[in-house]
Amino acid sequence: MEIFTRVQELLAIAFDKQAIITVEQSGLQPALVIHREKLAAVCLFLRDHEETYFDFLSCISAVDNGVDAGSFSVVYHLASIPHQHQLTLKVIVENDRRSDNLPVVPTVSGVWRTADWHEREAFDLMGIYFEGHPDLRRILLPEDWEGYPLRKDYEEAETYHGIAIK
Amino acid sequence: MSVEVNRPYQEAQEAYEARLAAIGAEEMVINMGPQHPSTHGVLRLQLVTDGEIVKEVIPHVGYLHRCFEKHAESMNYGKTIPFTDRMDYLASMNNSHAFVMGVERMLGIDQKIPKRIEYIRVLVCELNRIASHLIAIGTYGIDIGAFTPFMWCFRDREHIMNMLEWASGSRMLYNYIWVGGLFYDLPVGFEARCGEFVRYFKPKLPELDELLTANQIFISRTANIGVLPADVAINYGCSGPMLRASGVKWDLRRTDEYSVYPELEFEIPIGKGEMGHVGDCWDRFKVRVDEIKESVRIIEQCLERLEGPLKRTTDFDPRALVPKKVNLKAQDYYVRAENPKGELGFYFVTQEKTDIPKRVKARGPSFNNLSVLPELSKGILIADLVAILGSIDIVLGEVDR
Repeated sequence: MEIFTRVQELLAIAFDKQAIITVEQSGLQPALVIHREKLAAVCLFLRDHEETYFDFLSCISAVDNGVDAGSFSVVYHLASIPHQHQLTLKVIVENDRRSDNLPVVPTVSGVWRTADWHEREAFDLMGIYFEGHPDLRRILLPEDWEGYPLRKDYEEAETYHGIAIK
Repeated sequence: MSVEVNRPYQEAQEAYEARLAAIGAEEMVINMGPQHPSTHGVLRLQLVTDGEIVKEVIPHVGYLHRCFEKHAESMNYGKTIPFTDRMDYLASMNNSHAFVMGVERMLGIDQKIPKRIEYIRVLVCELNRIASHLIAIGTYGIDIGAFTPFMWCFRDREHIMNMLEWASGSRMLYNYIWVGGLFYDLPVGFEARCGEFVRYFKPKLPELDELLTANQIFISRTANIGVLPADVAINYGCSGPMLRASGVKWDLRRTDEYSVYPELEFEIPIGKGEMGHVGDCWDRFKVRVDEIKESVRIIEQCLERLEGPLKRTTDFDPRALVPKKVNLKAQDYYVRAENPKGELGFYFVTQEKTDIPKRVKARGPSFNNLSVLPELSKGILIADLVAILGSIDIVLGEVDR
């Protein structure tokens, strides 16, 4: 876990201690909770710095923290192929779940192209709006689908194009 | 909720429709799939073409979306295993192995699993890896016009299917690897039959090599086509044979050293550009052929140990460590494993006092590998698109989940 403390030091220097909100160390894999506004800059920094060199984005997962919590998380799993280490970043966004007010997270598709489809998937199923994404269309569901099925408060529609589906 | 309210989030959709409506007079939009034989399932590709030249490819996925992640939030960990089988349905054992490993590590029992169980898991996973690669090679041959390799590959794969059916009771979707153990021990005589298969299968590989790998027609269709440089592959999150063909030695079986892979000897084949350029379609094909040979080596070593020091005993219970209820504290964990197609990851968010996860996200290798297709196919011929798509080796069950 050397890399984990090293990343914290590097980010503290580069971003003047403004990037990290909290450090989660309770689980098996520690994670850094990053400021939403700093996310894209942090990712670019971590990708290009020669000590970290996280050139591989494994996965982006959107998590609904529950109706009571009133927030969504987006979790980034990074890996470095030359250094063979891993890192978890999180962004937590508060949201009131209104359909015209999606939680907004800056896109990292300019840093890793992997993020392109992963962000589309998160938008499609969880309703996270990735600001600056070049092509944020629905990916798995039809483009006229209503609602975001992976949300905990999602209710299935009674009809689809006038056809009863229940 | 009306469509009107969602309008700000429809911008990209409108831009996409406007772009297709405004294509030039010499261009044409051609629809390939979802029922096209060479799209390997229900994948729809929209091609913007200028004569025979493909200017742009827009993939549309999701026709096989079966809500794996939503299902996983409604049932406990053990019940989710059959659903993981249906993701990459050509390599079900590998899927459940990855899933089970994640749960076991969160439970803290991953070091207590008996060696015999781990070796059986690796044995069936490698058998499944061979089966998956045989399909990749066989269907790739048929994609570009060689019919015989397809029949030969399916003939050999059938032996693997029969063996795995004997062990698990099912031909393709096994539900064999369980959290903490296995469904059953291997049937009596499985090791001997598996050894017989290896002896039968080994001489078949050079035959396949002669038929396809060094075939001049095959080489001219695949060499120097769809060259994927290593930096592009990494940036797009490609993994598995796709990334290794671009010359990157990256195999999670070696990097993460999970299960009993550190005790086994095998090489990691990478693309060398023997027939053309590093990272072309031929390299991707060749890496798969070489991986089959390495898998055969792993199987031989597993059999040696399963028949020797880890021999079947009458009191051996493969379900001894299977937990009655998976009790986890609230935590999150990302597990990754090397599937035949690349890095398969599961991200778990657990909750307390229940054995139903709060969130399970599956990172399918095919999903990421496919996302590089628009980049690979700029300015190519339509016939080459089929060659490139076949060399990516996607399984739509995993792209759409």
